[in-house]
Amino acid sequence: MDLFSNLALGFATAASPENLLFCLIGVILGTLIGVLPGIGATATIAMLLPITFQLEPVSSLIMLAGIYYGAQYGGSTTAILINMPGESSSAVTAIDGYQLARQGKAGTALAVAALGSFFAGTVATVLVAVFAPPLTVIALKFGAAEYFALMLLGLVSAIALAHGSILKALAMVVLGLLLGVVGTDIYTGTPRFTFGITAFADGLSFVALAVGLFGIAEILRNLEGEQDRTILGAKLGSLFPSKADLKAMVAPMLRGTALGSAFGILPGGGAVLASFASYTMEKRLSDHPEEFGKGAIAGVAGPESANNAGAQTSFIPLLTLGIPANPVMALMVGAMIIQGIVPGPNVATDQPALFWGIIASMWIGNLMLIVLNLPLIGVWVKLLKVPYHLLFPIIMAFCSIGVYSVNSNVYDLYAVAGFGLLGYILLKLRCEPAPLLLGFVLGPLLEENLRRAMILGRGDPTVFLTRPISATLLALTVIVLVVVLMPSVGKKRAEVFTESD
Amino acid sequence: MALHFKFAAIAATAALMGTSALAQGFPDRQITMIVPFAAGGPTDTVGRLIAEKMSADLGQQIIVENVGGAGGTLGAGQVAEAEADGYTILLHHIGMATSATLYRNLAYKPLDAFEYVGLVTEVPMTLVARQDFEPTDMAGLLTYLKDNAETTTMANAGIGSASHLCGMLFMQAVEAPIVTVPYKGTGPAMTELLGGQIDLMCDQTTNTAEQIKGGTIKAYATTAPARLDIFPDLQTVAEAGLPTMEVGIWHGLYAPKGTPAEATDRLSASLQKALADPDIAAKFGELGTQPVAADQGTPAALKAKLEGEITRWQPIIETAGVYAD
Repeated sequence: MDLFSNLALGFATAASPENLLFCLIGVILGTLIGVLPGIGATATIAMLLPITFQLEPVSSLIMLAGIYYGAQYGGSTTAILINMPGESSSAVTAIDGYQLARQGKAGTALAVAALGSFFAGTVATVLVAVFAPPLTVIALKFGAAEYFALMLLGLVSAIALAHGSILKALAMVVLGLLLGVVGTDIYTGTPRFTFGITAFADGLSFVALAVGLFGIAEILRNLEGEQDRTILGAKLGSLFPSKADLKAMVAPMLRGTALGSAFGILPGGGAVLASFASYTMEKRLSDHPEEFGKGAIAGVAGPESANNAGAQTSFIPLLTLGIPANPVMALMVGAMIIQGIVPGPNVATDQPALFWGIIASMWIGNLMLIVLNLPLIGVWVKLLKVPYHLLFPIIMAFCSIGVYSVNSNVYDLYAVAGFGLLGYILLKLRCEPAPLLLGFVLGPLLEENLRRAMILGRGDPTVFLTRPISATLLALTVIVLVVVLMPSVGKKRAEVFTESD
Repeated sequence: MALHFKFAAIAATAALMGTSALAQGFPDRQITMIVPFAAGGPTDTVGRLIAEKMSADLGQQIIVENVGGAGGTLGAGQVAEAEADGYTILLHHIGMATSATLYRNLAYKPLDAFEYVGLVTEVPMTLVARQDFEPTDMAGLLTYLKDNAETTTMANAGIGSASHLCGMLFMQAVEAPIVTVPYKGTGPAMTELLGGQIDLMCDQTTNTAEQIKGGTIKAYATTAPARLDIFPDLQTVAEAGLPTMEVGIWHGLYAPKGTPAEATDRLSASLQKALADPDIAAKFGELGTQPVAADQGTPAALKAKLEGEITRWQPIIETAGVYAD
């Protein structure tokens, strides 16, 4: 079996003492930066690039990859503890994770997130090893029409994210779409809603938006009455999930892993959909949809598994085609080039030790992360005991540093402040930020692909129906719409709304 | 008034101290090199490779800072306003010349806002197509376009990008109304080319070389003046009868206007040394490019290049009628 000899080569490479050390350094660094709100993997890897010049190519890539998935783990920690998602994927985790933390079950939420991530990471690594080439072929079948249909499906499903009124959820999606329009139109070069500020020419920063809407708004709300927080610190509850919790997470974890693996291979922003899609799916399938948004275990387990699986499989386009699926992957390409390896379709055959070493290190890294993270849960949870008047200035300082470090752009800081205020107002109006965030992320992709499909199709709208993948996705969208609008479901939603008030 | 005077005095003292420090030997602390594009991209890679070599020669670390956005004009604008002491420098590519026309409201004037350090490299481009695109060679492509231009599609990585510039040259050279499809960056454009969703693209060898070698896309011609070492069988655009399509993505190193000559001369000397380093030649070679000859790594050569290129691109961009602002 070729696969086994390849994997053996991979593990032999990844398990050398030196590479194990760099893998460990990577995941620790990743966890730390993931835990610091706002500081993302992109900024950290960019800062560490010069250091990697001195290392062996395999070691440096293993370390950088470690930072990337370490940050995915760490990012959910801040999302759960302080409602501060650093990346689009952990925004969903914040919805139910933070509610669990408020109920004194922060330890449970963190453990569920870590276990879900580990399981998903393991499965996705196997997928990468066994199916990378055939999966690449499928990913390449996705053209503009297919992406448009996929994004449309995602947006329609976004309504299910909200646990309040459909009207408010729709309003939030639309507001998100509008905010996503800010920036230069890529087809004509026309600046839209930039108010002449060149710093907004490339659009509003996602990190600024997420940190402001979720994190800063939550801080403002907490400052209204500190006793709320003291209660939170007082009853921490058990650190580890109960048997019932574990049972509740198995099915969501399996489904999340499958969804995440599938979306992760799409290079055109499919990965951002994974955790949103998983949340929607779990809420639909749950016997207790009313628990979602109030601290449902499934609402943490599913999306966390999905985002970690997606993070692993997003290596597939990089490894098999040499094409980066996201900014972190672009940095990995840069790191490879500086080492004298130009990524392309031949990396697997030209550099087998590198290719399989990275794959093997993914699993080793995931193992290290779970070993590292489970005992750390106690430490993170203790953070909640820090008096809030000490904690919040620290959080805000780190946020500002983090947001600034992404683009070295002060306007991003103004955006954080502005969105913080907006988020607070929305909280007061009982409008939820998650659908807004999804609209913001998907809107530009939706528009870009719609217009591209129309250009490629010479203005013929039937391209969306004549291409089989696109037609299937559109059919699914219609089904979701029907389900949402059906009277019985509508009634169920109304009940949910009443209970939640 | 008194306050103003005091401030002026402090400023003057600071300026004096600055000069004396320079005289004692520039540089005496780390230098920031602004790359006005995202980390990991081709320009960033060129910047980091050259920064590493120059650091060794200068005895001070050059830190690369990526200030991406608005086609490189945000980063360039930041350097234009930075303190002119030689400790903030800018690595920019051909976009320095094209932005003068592409952006009609630029906050700085490319020709007036900078001191020149030198040229770094000129990355050749290749005209490539999806694997199963009908024409087999450049001559075949030109014939094919005579009848099928309107159904032929060409990708680029967004307005002002290298692939957009080359695409404009190509269309003006063949006088064919090919359908232009912009993408957000080279990665997505290349993915669609690999997937056969789009027909043509003209991009830097940095991005195309490995795919051509791997046989996932095919190449018709290079825009370099001579055939490339890595693809000796690939004809040049001049050989194919399109000499106006010759273009290279040249990179230059700049400092803010008013930077003392001691500093730019020192940087320029260090750049020339780096360009002569065989290690740089080897690393650039992997990218399908090469360092410019050492006599091009000079302020005069970069100044001449920038002036010439602004003049060359103005009518091309105006004819295409596409602006980025």
